[in-house]
Amino acid sequence: MKILVCISVVPDTTTKVKFIDGKEFDKAGVQWIINPWDELALTRALELKEASAGKIEKITVVNVGAVEAEATIRKALAMGADEAIRINTTAKDTFSVAGEISEAIKDQGFDVIFSGIESSDFNGVGVGGMIAEILDIQSVSAVSGIDFADDVFKVKRDIDGGFEMLEVKAPFVATVQKGIAIDPRIPNMRGIMMAKKKPLNVVESANCEPLSEYVQYEMPKPKPPVKLVENAAELVNVLHNEAKML
Amino acid sequence: MILIYTQNWDGKFKKLSYELVSYGAAIAKQMNTEVVALSIGNVANNELQSLGKYGASKVVSVNDPNLSVVDNKIYAKTISEAVNKYNAKVILFANNNEGKAIAPRISAKFKAALITGVGKLPKSVEPFVICKKVYTGKASVDVKVNSDIKVLTLFQNSFGVVEAPVDAEIETLELTIDTPTIKVIEQSKSTGKVLLNDAEIVVSGGRGMKSGDNWAGIEQLAEILNGGTACSRPVSDEGWRPHGEHVGQTGKIIAPNVYFALGISGAIQHLGGVSNSKCIVAINTDKEAPIFEAADYGIIGDVHKILPELIEEVKKLKS
Amino acid sequence: MDFNFTEEQIMIRDAARDFAQRELIEDVIERDAKALYPTKHVKRLAELGFLGMMTSEKYDGGGMDTISYVLAMEEISKVDSSVSVIMSVCNSLVNWGLETFANEEQKEKYLKPLARGEKIGAFLLSEPEAGSDATKQHTLAVDKGDYYLLNGTKNWITNGDSAHTYLVIAHTHPDKGHRGINAFIVDKDTPGITVGPHEDKMGMRSSDTHSVMFNDVKVPKENRIGEDGFGFKFAMKTLDGGRIGIAAQALGIASGAMERAIAYSKERKAFGKPIAEHQSVAFKIADMAVKIENARNLILKAAWLKDQHEPYGYASALAKYYAAEIAMEVTTEAVQILGGYGYTKEYHVERLMREAKLTQIYEGTSEIQQIVISRTLLR
Repeated sequence: MKILVCISVVPDTTTKVKFIDGKEFDKAGVQWIINPWDELALTRALELKEASAGKIEKITVVNVGAVEAEATIRKALAMGADEAIRINTTAKDTFSVAGEISEAIKDQGFDVIFSGIESSDFNGVGVGGMIAEILDIQSVSAVSGIDFADDVFKVKRDIDGGFEMLEVKAPFVATVQKGIAIDPRIPNMRGIMMAKKKPLNVVESANCEPLSEYVQYEMPKPKPPVKLVENAAELVNVLHNEAKML
Repeated sequence: MILIYTQNWDGKFKKLSYELVSYGAAIAKQMNTEVVALSIGNVANNELQSLGKYGASKVVSVNDPNLSVVDNKIYAKTISEAVNKYNAKVILFANNNEGKAIAPRISAKFKAALITGVGKLPKSVEPFVICKKVYTGKASVDVKVNSDIKVLTLFQNSFGVVEAPVDAEIETLELTIDTPTIKVIEQSKSTGKVLLNDAEIVVSGGRGMKSGDNWAGIEQLAEILNGGTACSRPVSDEGWRPHGEHVGQTGKIIAPNVYFALGISGAIQHLGGVSNSKCIVAINTDKEAPIFEAADYGIIGDVHKILPELIEEVKKLKS
Repeated sequence: MDFNFTEEQIMIRDAARDFAQRELIEDVIERDAKALYPTKHVKRLAELGFLGMMTSEKYDGGGMDTISYVLAMEEISKVDSSVSVIMSVCNSLVNWGLETFANEEQKEKYLKPLARGEKIGAFLLSEPEAGSDATKQHTLAVDKGDYYLLNGTKNWITNGDSAHTYLVIAHTHPDKGHRGINAFIVDKDTPGITVGPHEDKMGMRSSDTHSVMFNDVKVPKENRIGEDGFGFKFAMKTLDGGRIGIAAQALGIASGAMERAIAYSKERKAFGKPIAEHQSVAFKIADMAVKIENARNLILKAAWLKDQHEPYGYASALAKYYAAEIAMEVTTEAVQILGGYGYTKEYHVERLMREAKLTQIYEGTSEIQQIVISRTLLR
């Protein structure tokens, strides 16, 4: 069995975002990390492999990005992924990213494809679901837990007000969220040393065209300062009469 | 046509369905077209009719035992039949788990751009330009959509429910639905509680609550206000509250009318999840806490003292 | 010259940072208050490979260079020097000493499990009456033919109780002065060893510091390291490398304090603006930054020399002396910037200040470093 984990490389979550003339994200001084949800997905994939007694043979990570992404991709290898694929183009929109990944991996027979439910940059939700549709396989979203036993995947999916436990047969795409793993795995020294010896295959872009473009960024308008009140009675009064919210 | 993917709970439409129809009707006006609402499952005729109140001129109902499980693949196929039949150009989903699960499949099926988490009407429809939040609410961007068909997911409670009554024509769609390939072996669903994403008012507690045992006040306030309860990340990490209540950059992103931040300092990651709220109310002992930068109203003081008073005041108002 | 770190070095730094900021931070205040040994964290140090990171792969270590070790020590010490001192003793004293000077059988038997982190090591040099002056060893190891009989007391031993493997420095021929000193590998469970009570320290309270008593302890002949009389040289060489670790620890204490001072001064307001905008505070931060950057450069140079197999004793003395001194200064200023909050345990900087003090004392006091430095220049 083989698992693929899609990873995007995003600015560190504490980054104060800036734009150049509102047209382009300002990369100056930005620390790049693996998208937090993708990192949790990889962590869980590694745990599944370790617990599978050899049934899950390989974890591959895939990224659509330029050569600068390789340092971050190698962190995924250091965490324990067996190999990496970098599709050599900059990510344009969700659809083109999903198209590139699908094209690159369609013949590789992955049993499970993990993708993070969101990315902390453009908050594109769709990569996992789109890959599933393009490859014509099942998809499960809002996955907050997954186990593998007796050749069946037991998947916990969050629904409004609760959850469902599902049995899902491979192949499928799991779009994962928090809960799939608690904390991302910290690479150990051996993993870091091995990372540069593991394959990082660069494949050329299939030139998937984006369907949308970002034309103008805007920072939120500065909001008026907080209005402080003395007590609960006054608070209810302003919320009711001034803000008209209660 | 504008196609709305509605959601219901045991045959009753969720509030988000009315909001989606309202939003769809407003876009339909911009594009000079009409709204078709799609209902999946067993929903009574008068309930289907109710969507007309918000501007759906046609309500299409599909009901099949094989749709009792949300199998994304089958649902996507079902919706795509409706897209084709009604020649839909804009397809609207809620930005919740179910919407986010199915919308990408529809997008890929029709090579239709997917814009997730929108809250406002398009700035223009020709070309189609719409604003969405990026970098978890730290900025927004105008997106120009170049595909003929567009798929949008709407942030709940960002547009609101707007009445625009029309007569809804009810149509039943007979389709052959495949057997699901996923199997539900267990389901746990709380009922009666206001869902966090649906809630117009959210009462949320942070580390300043000191302990999970101090949540009774938060729950009580939420109940009187018919709101939901939430928490900051340290609280769910400590196990005081379930992870499903965690709002913030890596938790849920919500946009209620009023967000009560009680004993929450307001780390940048937390604000990312609540900055779309229409009104933020903060109660905190530390007047330098960053939450006061984000808040509209605030009280500097001990939440343990103020919360009971607040409950009493709200009770007075409600009676 | 190249001031860039390699991709691996950055990954190691980030791994150490994540470990410290995510795991150590959780209970560091409680462990300090109650002087609790960081059992689960030491297990994690082993899992992550930090305990044997500098030992070569041949002996089951991580095969990382000294630069990487410095980066990891700094990150961990920003949060918890009780944990970094455990790592430092294992890496730079015990493992390095064994890898450099022990024979193959000794390495196979003792170094490998240490490098894998399955065993913990301790370095037993200090005595009640021999701290800085290592030539005055009262611990005696008498040659009894096929074994040495060990008697004496060692003091201030980091990992004194938690260690499995001791490296003990003792006199075999007191009449020969420092040429009569030898180093021995001693299993801690050998009969005749008594571990004294846990020392109640000012700082680094979560590490276990003990005295260790030897009463007719039989040490097999094959456990002596190197030729007869090599012990003093062994101790001195090993301590040269140890200084780099402690210097990096002091650096971490200082930079951790500065990070907290910066974060606080941006948030805290006084007279209508963040205190960071008051020149008196801003200039303190500038002074901290200069000292820290100087210390970092001294340490990285010593580490680089060691990695190039160049002499580094002088460089490591400079680094250790300077880093320890500025750690004390920077942490004191950080407490000042945080004011009343800084004086409380909740805000970490008072603990960093207590930890800084020890870096001026152990593995060669500041005064010993001054001796090393001045003698090198004046001889």
